[in-house]
Amino acid sequence: MSDLIKVAERILDSANGDEQIEVYLSSGTDTEVRAYQGEVEQLSSASSSGVGIRILRDGVGGARVGVAWAGSLNDEAIEDALNEARDNVTFATEDEFLAFARPDGVAPAQLDLVDRSLGSTPIEEKIAMAIELERMVRTGDPRIRQVDSANYSDFIAEAVIFSTNGIRANFARSGAYVSVEAIASDGRDDQTGWGLSAARAPHELDLAEAARDAITRSTRMLGAVKPPSMKATAVFDPRSAAMLFSIIGGALSGEAVVRGRSFFADRIGEMVASDQLTLVDDPTNPRHFAASSFDGEGLACRRNVMIEDGRLDAFVYDTVSARRAGTTSTGSAIRGGIAGSPSAGCRALQAAPGSQSQAEILAAVGEGIYVESMMGVHSGVNPISGDFSVGITGLMIRDGQLAEPVREVTVASTLQRMLLDITHMGSDVEWLPGSSAGQTLAIGAVAVSGT
Amino acid sequence: MNGTLCWMESTLVAEEVVRRVLGVAMGAGGEFAEVFVEDRTTSSAVLDQRRIEELSSGRDRGAGIRVVVGETTGFAHTADLSEAGLVEAARAAAAVAREGGTARREVALGKLDSHRSSAQLMPRDVEKARKIDLLRIADDVARSEGGSISQVQVGIGDSLRRFTVANSDGDYASDEQVRTRFNVSCVALGDGGMQTGYRPLAATRGFEILTDEDVARAARDAARQAITKLEARPAPSGDLPVVLAGGSGGILFHEACGHGLEADAILKQASVYAGKLGQQVASPLVTLVDDGTVIGEWGHLAIDDEGRLGSRNVLIENGILTDYMWDYLRARKEGRRSSGNGRRQSYQHLPMVRMTNTYLLEGDSDADEIIAQTPRGVYVAQLGGGQVNTATGDFVFGMSSAFMIEDGKITYPLRDCNLIGNGPDVLQRVDAVARDFSMTPGTCGKDGQSVPVGTGQATMRLTSVTIGGAA
Repeated sequence: MSDLIKVAERILDSANGDEQIEVYLSSGTDTEVRAYQGEVEQLSSASSSGVGIRILRDGVGGARVGVAWAGSLNDEAIEDALNEARDNVTFATEDEFLAFARPDGVAPAQLDLVDRSLGSTPIEEKIAMAIELERMVRTGDPRIRQVDSANYSDFIAEAVIFSTNGIRANFARSGAYVSVEAIASDGRDDQTGWGLSAARAPHELDLAEAARDAITRSTRMLGAVKPPSMKATAVFDPRSAAMLFSIIGGALSGEAVVRGRSFFADRIGEMVASDQLTLVDDPTNPRHFAASSFDGEGLACRRNVMIEDGRLDAFVYDTVSARRAGTTSTGSAIRGGIAGSPSAGCRALQAAPGSQSQAEILAAVGEGIYVESMMGVHSGVNPISGDFSVGITGLMIRDGQLAEPVREVTVASTLQRMLLDITHMGSDVEWLPGSSAGQTLAIGAVAVSGT
Repeated sequence: MNGTLCWMESTLVAEEVVRRVLGVAMGAGGEFAEVFVEDRTTSSAVLDQRRIEELSSGRDRGAGIRVVVGETTGFAHTADLSEAGLVEAARAAAAVAREGGTARREVALGKLDSHRSSAQLMPRDVEKARKIDLLRIADDVARSEGGSISQVQVGIGDSLRRFTVANSDGDYASDEQVRTRFNVSCVALGDGGMQTGYRPLAATRGFEILTDEDVARAARDAARQAITKLEARPAPSGDLPVVLAGGSGGILFHEACGHGLEADAILKQASVYAGKLGQQVASPLVTLVDDGTVIGEWGHLAIDDEGRLGSRNVLIENGILTDYMWDYLRARKEGRRSSGNGRRQSYQHLPMVRMTNTYLLEGDSDADEIIAQTPRGVYVAQLGGGQVNTATGDFVFGMSSAFMIEDGKITYPLRDCNLIGNGPDVLQRVDAVARDFSMTPGTCGKDGQSVPVGTGQATMRLTSVTIGGAA
């Protein structure tokens, strides 16, 4: 970490009198193992580092920014990036709301997100986990005819965000994952299912659970049919529900709101959802896989409640979108690595859990469709208009229980409608990798397209 | 810098260094080793809310080294292109070889097979001010289309990617790929809420593709699409005939069929098309081609990322499955020729089997007649993204501009929704293909790697597809 800090300070020292510099440096190592038929198919290990530089200059009509990045920390690459960023500034339009973050006095949560045992785990153990995971799935059920890929991967990464405005953030995290995709066959029909386990370090991974998930999801889909079209209650499993929460989170970005690209704009204080929904973005919760002490501008992350008991309370902001909206940053800048600029977004979403188990929810729903996976989310959901249409695989719900599997079916509604139509919220929270945790979620009256 | 120096630089790392690094990679008992050195510069600019928000420039340089022993591939990458840095990466990649050790083996390289971009106007020779002008032209044109246009976002970007690849079989090749893209997104605001329109322009060419006229047309089309959709009604749900406009539907074949014809899925028996060579897998109207040689298209490549020449491969001919797509390593194992489909996102990624430009050959029907002969159905003018499960063939893809067809006429626009179907099924349902072929650029994601691809087809009809609407 001290190396990154030294480089960052050197870059800030080069600032000319009339410019502000923000530098984002990252460095990390990662390992990936893919097992196939009891052997290592691929083994990859690498270190990488990079620098992202933003330079801001104030003018009469506001500030301008220029950006450059490089996938290396050598002096020449940094020098080139500084020069490019300086040149790029001159072409931007002055913007009165543009500014870099300034320290706001909020103390960062003290989170320990690095498990040092990851670095000391020998590669042989990691390889053994991938091979064992594949074996567990292959031998776990006679209907498994192929394991497409069984993977182990991990990373340790650190980053610093420093600026001439006094931002001094440094943070590190580690992660380890196993994932497996199984293909089940009953002789006529093939079905796939995947399982995963994610943790901060290898020893916390649950191979058996990942294997069981892949086996259950693939085998119980065998013989799936296309159901008739109908209106029905859809019960989303925790993984699918997490995806829905992430999509909703996108529309709660203050940036989408100030740019006129959110269907939540101008609706603060309104009941936008069923009173079952309380949606919180809380990167300070260490149980959340995406937990972080700092946001993408180096401000402390904090807990933000956006929807409470169905009422829209707040949006999340980074510095610029907050200034545009006449408020202050909520510590919610997200950033896609060194090449990305900050934007406002949710990082660690969670819906407040309800009181019912999945079995209780299925019993209460009685008849409907259970969604086990969604396809085409990026093409079928329009976060601006709210139109929602995704392909799903899952099972029918009959007499309060999971019944026959279905495929080649879509579920459609609008996000606005779906939020209001939430009927049950599960207690079975799963902490998944990605920007949202998930739990069983029932939504009434969606359009199911089949035959 | 004079021309000679540029030319010498085109291999990025000196030949004798490449040979020594390959020798180290093979030294521990590897059966095959490859060094891939890449230098990519990119630049982009965004206009939003009438402001030039930011210009960004980036540079990424490094090498990826892989070593194959039996069924195992070891891979390492580094941003350090010094000989010491490359040797360290070679040793890391070679760690999968059981013999271990630090021996060095002699590797001979053939003559460099060097390719240049056909770009006429290199992006680096274009003034940044000119790029800004193009953004403003698009913004002005889009807004002039109507007062309901509330948001216009315009992006411009280019990349120059140079790479050299050398392997222990002696193959030694380099290429220079120039890509230029421009995209316009509009939001229109009406009584019923917001609707969106989108138009991309993208080619494996230089800035010659971005004339004022081209840019204005893209902006106008994006704006009109958003405005038209303000009148959109919910799409129907259930099975209906679907007419895909020329150029709009290539992604259907990319998803429904192309991914299932990639040799990695085939060899793992993870594709519905495994074991079906020579069989009728599609309507006789379907001839599907993957073709890296279409100069200028978004998926064009002179050589792939394993140094093999791009080629035109007929995958399905008159409905009969004729071949799969291959990368070098898998082809080598099977004792056949690579089809030039080994691609990687960057030096930090292993190559795998990927599509280039995938298209359906045109037929002999008339596009207007196909619509006129469809009593009730859906006309798709533009598709968004799609996704496929290669093992089951099930796919979805989004309609970002679609209309109802009633009594053989295009009537009202439809709100965004997904189509869903099964690849092998839908291939049998092609019952008319017209002559108005055109192509569309896109980005294909697989196993976390993105590469540029082209897709294409002429106006065509599918007898029945499930429409995932809410009506």
